[in-house]
Amino acid sequence: MSTATVAQMDLAQKDIYLPDLATVTKVASMTEMEMFLEFTLDSGQELGHEPGQFVEVSIPGIGEAPISVSSSPTQKGMFQLVVRNAGNVTNAMHQLQPGDKVGIRGPFGTCFPVEEAMKGKDILFICGGIGLVPVRSAIDYVLSNRSQYGDVTILFGAKSPAERLFTDEIEVWKARDDASFYETVDRADETWKGNVGVITRLIPPLKFDPLNTICLVCGPPVMYKYVVLELWWKRVPNESIYVSLERRMKCGVGKCGHCQINGLYACQDGPVFKFADIIEVPEAL
Amino acid sequence: MSIKKLDQAALDRWVDGLIERKKVVGAAQRGDHFSFGELTSASELRLDYDMSILPPKKYFLPPTEDLISFRRDGGFESIFEEDPMVLLGVHPYDMFAISQLDTLFSEDNDDIHYRKRREAITIVASDVQTASEDVFAGCMGTATIDHGFDILLTKIGDQYLVDIRTEKGQAITMGFGEMPDATDDDLDQRERLWAENQKVLRKHELRPAVGYLPKLLGESYDHPIWEEKAELCFSCGSCNLVCPTCYCFDVQDELNWDVTSGHRYRIWDGCMLANFAIVAGDHNFRAAKSERFRHRYFRKGKYIPEKIGQTGCVGCGRCVSACVAKIANPVEIYNRIAEGKE
Repeated sequence: MSTATVAQMDLAQKDIYLPDLATVTKVASMTEMEMFLEFTLDSGQELGHEPGQFVEVSIPGIGEAPISVSSSPTQKGMFQLVVRNAGNVTNAMHQLQPGDKVGIRGPFGTCFPVEEAMKGKDILFICGGIGLVPVRSAIDYVLSNRSQYGDVTILFGAKSPAERLFTDEIEVWKARDDASFYETVDRADETWKGNVGVITRLIPPLKFDPLNTICLVCGPPVMYKYVVLELWWKRVPNESIYVSLERRMKCGVGKCGHCQINGLYACQDGPVFKFADIIEVPEAL
Repeated sequence: MSIKKLDQAALDRWVDGLIERKKVVGAAQRGDHFSFGELTSASELRLDYDMSILPPKKYFLPPTEDLISFRRDGGFESIFEEDPMVLLGVHPYDMFAISQLDTLFSEDNDDIHYRKRREAITIVASDVQTASEDVFAGCMGTATIDHGFDILLTKIGDQYLVDIRTEKGQAITMGFGEMPDATDDDLDQRERLWAENQKVLRKHELRPAVGYLPKLLGESYDHPIWEEKAELCFSCGSCNLVCPTCYCFDVQDELNWDVTSGHRYRIWDGCMLANFAIVAGDHNFRAAKSERFRHRYFRKGKYIPEKIGQTGCVGCGRCVSACVAKIANPVEIYNRIAEGKE
């Protein structure tokens, strides 16, 4: 076999599998399982993502994994990821230190409709566990462009107080008088003074106009149908509910087949879906 | 471009001449079966083969293929592994499958690893001379073909018609002496052979029309057949492995011995394998065998057609023969879900 390694890429022939280099600029442990990481692209360019999109992170020799971008594109000069230590690549990412290099491909996929459907509407964010990670990109986007949206409500549920993410930012959100923040934990400990119970319990007491509210939902697979049910009791139409779904987006470019949800590709048709578009897609939820 | 005519001896001289100048791959006998492999002599080529064990897909999307080289301290470079060759004796249904992969790999995001490989291969297709045990290409509209190849060979009596369609095809027929033109009578005979192959390559008879499959499947998501068949499934992935249109792959990294450099490669994967849809945290989005089994038939009969307008099954019948549990016959499945709906 004649093998040719081509170092000089023809720009017209972009290799969809070739990562760009990025440098770790900040790391911080968030919980026992979750690590916060900040990066800049070595090209000096912005990542150019929209809230809700993901990137493929390469750790050379370990592999590649799809990770949601957690920062808002309104924050320039860097992007942030939060990874749970759950596999080979994320385990390696937990070892990263400032100055280390990784590969980045993307951003890929659909985004939360911050510039379209959400403009001028009341916004309800519903985040279970690390579901807060991708939704945070939209929360920050909305709060950075606060005047362009109506009422803003953020719901967050964690398994335990120790598993709460972005605790500093939660205090900032709580302190804002132009946004409401409610949270709960499944299991409390002696330090916890707040709500106890699953996240769905936060929905019935809310007062909002179901026909003027856009809901963004992200959490573990089991969470979605119960959240949607509560939103239905509030008479929220399916057209106003957006979910971000997790799958194994191995290639990110609609080829490898791993992230297929019936006929849809989570990497291209998602990860953000309008609930009305997937209600008849049985593998979705 | 033109249609020429060769007898067996002239064809052999042409193939031997090609072998001297290029890498030539063709269907050859291996034990009791046939497979595509590099030829060292025209005498090895068996254009009368019934079915190759693996489809010629392996030259366009190899079982493993390097994509990227990397250094651990940073730096990624593309690796392209074009493998220029003349591929001899591709049957029409496999040609349909290659054209389908061409579409799937180029649309939306152009995969230049695939494209560079594809462009380096000259395809000499060949009309089927011997029907295999389980072929049903006649039902899928893939028993004969009119496009996609560079040259099409058709055996008429003791002569081969050589239908040259592209510049690439022209290029490999030059320098091999004067070939006589095919006559109108030859072309009539070819038409008759095509009509005959449409009838002969139907060892299983699909009852619903191919174009009806997406709608039919749409109405059959909860049909009992998925559970019934999958109960016997070993999740071995043999049906994926032999399929000319399956193209799912995994991507893996391999470090070199120096532990500082390495390469990233893709490797065939299969949706019937138990871990195909597992995500971090071990959540399996298609944990049940029946879900995986159903997914495969939906992909061939609904998802791919809805994406590109071509059916994802070309009727080669390799999965029928390869399935250990004898549950993988698409015709049996599509006929069964069509029962009562015709």
